[in-house]
Amino acid sequence: MLASGLRLLGLKSFRHGIHPPEAKDETSGLAIRQFPFAPLLVVPLQQHLGKPSLPIVREGERVVRGQRIARPDGMMSVSMHAPASGTVRRVALAPAISGRMVPAVYLEPQPGSTQEVAEGAPCTVEASADEIVAAIQDAGVVGLGGAAFPTHVKLKVPEDKHVDTLIINGAECEPYLTTDHRVMLEQREDVFTGIRYLLKVSGAERVILAVEANKTDAAEHLEKGLPTDLPADVEVLRVKYPQGAEKMLIRALLGREVPSGGLPLDVHALCVNVATSAEIGRLLPHGRGIQERVVTVTGPAVKNKGNYRIPIGTPLRFLLDHVGVSADVTRVFLGGPMMGAAASSLDISLTKGISGVVAFGETEAERTHSRIHPCIRCGYCVDACPMFLDPSQLGALARNEEHDRMAAEYHLMDCFECGCCTYVCPSHIPLVQHFRVAKAAVRKAQAH
Amino acid sequence: MAGVSKTLEIRTSPHILSGYSVDTIMFNVVLALLPVTAFAVYAFGLPALLTLTVATVSCLATEELATRVAGKASALGDWSAAITGLLYGLTLPPGLPLWMVAVGGIVSVGLGKTLFGGLGANPFNPALVGRAFLQAAFPVSMTSWTPAFGAERFYTLPASTLTAPLTKPSYHDALSGATPLARWKFDGQLTEVSDLAFGAIPGSTGETGALLILLGGVYLVARNMMSWRIPVAILATVACTSGILYWLDPNAYPSPLFMLFSGGLMLGAVFMATDMVSSPMTNAGCVVYGALIGLLVVVIRLWGGMPEGVMYAILLGNAVTPHIDNLIRPTIYGARPAEEMS
Repeated sequence: MLASGLRLLGLKSFRHGIHPPEAKDETSGLAIRQFPFAPLLVVPLQQHLGKPSLPIVREGERVVRGQRIARPDGMMSVSMHAPASGTVRRVALAPAISGRMVPAVYLEPQPGSTQEVAEGAPCTVEASADEIVAAIQDAGVVGLGGAAFPTHVKLKVPEDKHVDTLIINGAECEPYLTTDHRVMLEQREDVFTGIRYLLKVSGAERVILAVEANKTDAAEHLEKGLPTDLPADVEVLRVKYPQGAEKMLIRALLGREVPSGGLPLDVHALCVNVATSAEIGRLLPHGRGIQERVVTVTGPAVKNKGNYRIPIGTPLRFLLDHVGVSADVTRVFLGGPMMGAAASSLDISLTKGISGVVAFGETEAERTHSRIHPCIRCGYCVDACPMFLDPSQLGALARNEEHDRMAAEYHLMDCFECGCCTYVCPSHIPLVQHFRVAKAAVRKAQAH
Repeated sequence: MAGVSKTLEIRTSPHILSGYSVDTIMFNVVLALLPVTAFAVYAFGLPALLTLTVATVSCLATEELATRVAGKASALGDWSAAITGLLYGLTLPPGLPLWMVAVGGIVSVGLGKTLFGGLGANPFNPALVGRAFLQAAFPVSMTSWTPAFGAERFYTLPASTLTAPLTKPSYHDALSGATPLARWKFDGQLTEVSDLAFGAIPGSTGETGALLILLGGVYLVARNMMSWRIPVAILATVACTSGILYWLDPNAYPSPLFMLFSGGLMLGAVFMATDMVSSPMTNAGCVVYGALIGLLVVVIRLWGGMPEGVMYAILLGNAVTPHIDNLIRPTIYGARPAEEMS
């Protein structure tokens, strides 16, 4: 007990942050299972940060699973692939998570089809860096940790920058989620293959695979299989939220801080989610694209909890019907409970950035309905903010809509909305929501 | 399999909260105050019980009246007025006329809290605002002390307790005893530290149970409901400053232990200065704030005109809090230029 306690104390981490209940035990031991095809898949063409992809299929056209159905529209965009073999029913608007309508391809899987995945021209590790970047864009790879930022954009290191460390992010600090955990346990070789591509592209000298201490089995599994020719180490980090945020990881592992408004590249680091690395390693050697992803479907209101490999475009309603939800299901959110967005409708469909679908019953939802008190200046938020902002003061300014002052004097734009301040606030002030609104207002003002 | 048949609610993240609330924090402060409150009643008997009751009731009544006048929902459930009432009662001499106790309670919550906007808006610790008012208005009554552990304390009241409102109380010599600090200041006599620690001395109802106060503080710190830095900074500053003086001239200055355990220092350091609303937000700010209060306590006690200075030291600390928060802000992540970091 004491020995393990001391060992935990010695683990690297960042400063501040919170310790929410992990709630991972129910799914962390469950192997990834294949999810069935919904009768109709709706593939939004904007699943990533950036411009929507351009459809290259027409209504009535028959497609094969894995076939490209949309091409990138410029640099900040990626390809999209058919999640199933079947018929394109419509190319029309569909609701996105945010509630907005985005262009989408409605695809009806063909019953009885073998659903064999179409393969394209393989891209090997021997290919040039530019070819690999193009292949990653072509495979439709985006950050699978949740941000859905096009990976090929992130990998383009400008001439004047240089990367010394590639960080493979297996922290998975969000409560409830266990997809990265399962991927590390079940797709170790894919992760390593992905790293080879990433090393080649980024020019990094070494690799650190970062895993939180609540997944020591995954850390050991990776460690044991590490190919001797990979300049890689596995680092176990203390369990703390938001350990998996890029800036926190870089601080914990390298002792460096990404400058305000800057990128990890500015401190010679590059972070890639472990599932993204696994997907690159799984797809590129076969010239394939992303047509499914691993999702943790869990929460007190879900009956058959588990880690599922789910076709992209699976409607949320079908997904929940298939796993079964209890009668008191009250809130469904996509991603983890700290940063995940509540589903605006059951008609939205699974996109590449969704790592978890969590359903709460009345009891759990009720806990966030607490009465709001005035700020009592307890300072909990100041002690929790991993960016060392002053959420209390920012919250007071937000009340008066002093957005300019929030940005200029209190570094509003450095807030990455991790939600720690709201989590700890005993007055239940929705601080992070105030900051989202304020950030949007500041961005709007700057755009004018 | 069961599908979703209910209307789902849409709320923004985070979807989980820590479970801490203002109500639970405040309620736990009340819990932490119970041992010293019980000791106050045990040591001073009926007058202390009445003082504490009237103090608490007057604070609660003022809070309730204020929220009703303002058309707001009742705020008694957040327990903050109960803390103010209890704390305020613990700072009073046990034999204080009850009408004065009530007046001070009204001032505590009325002037010290609701006038500024209620919970979270008070710049000063409301309990000390009430006490400071009484100190200025009724200096004699506020420095007339009842000895602890009087034989008849559970069934007799000092004549002063039931003085008719707005009349002057009379004090029998037999009942008045000087506090250890007053005895040192005016008569040059020192009290044994063991008597101070175990409360065998005259004083305010709640200031004599030093060890029980510490117990309450340890409980709150363990539950992360109190900044340990504030009491530690105050007590360490008092100990160090008075220690140096004692070392320089033991005849002129009292020992650091005497300084630590006498008067209202423990109650003030643990329960008054740590009021979340009127103390700084940052950890570094709390240390500066505590050190400042500790220094002021020593200066007022040793060189001021009054034997005790904890109350004014904390009120001055409260006054400086906004400035401390302005000057000491956390350095944001990534504020340093990249070259320094790599």
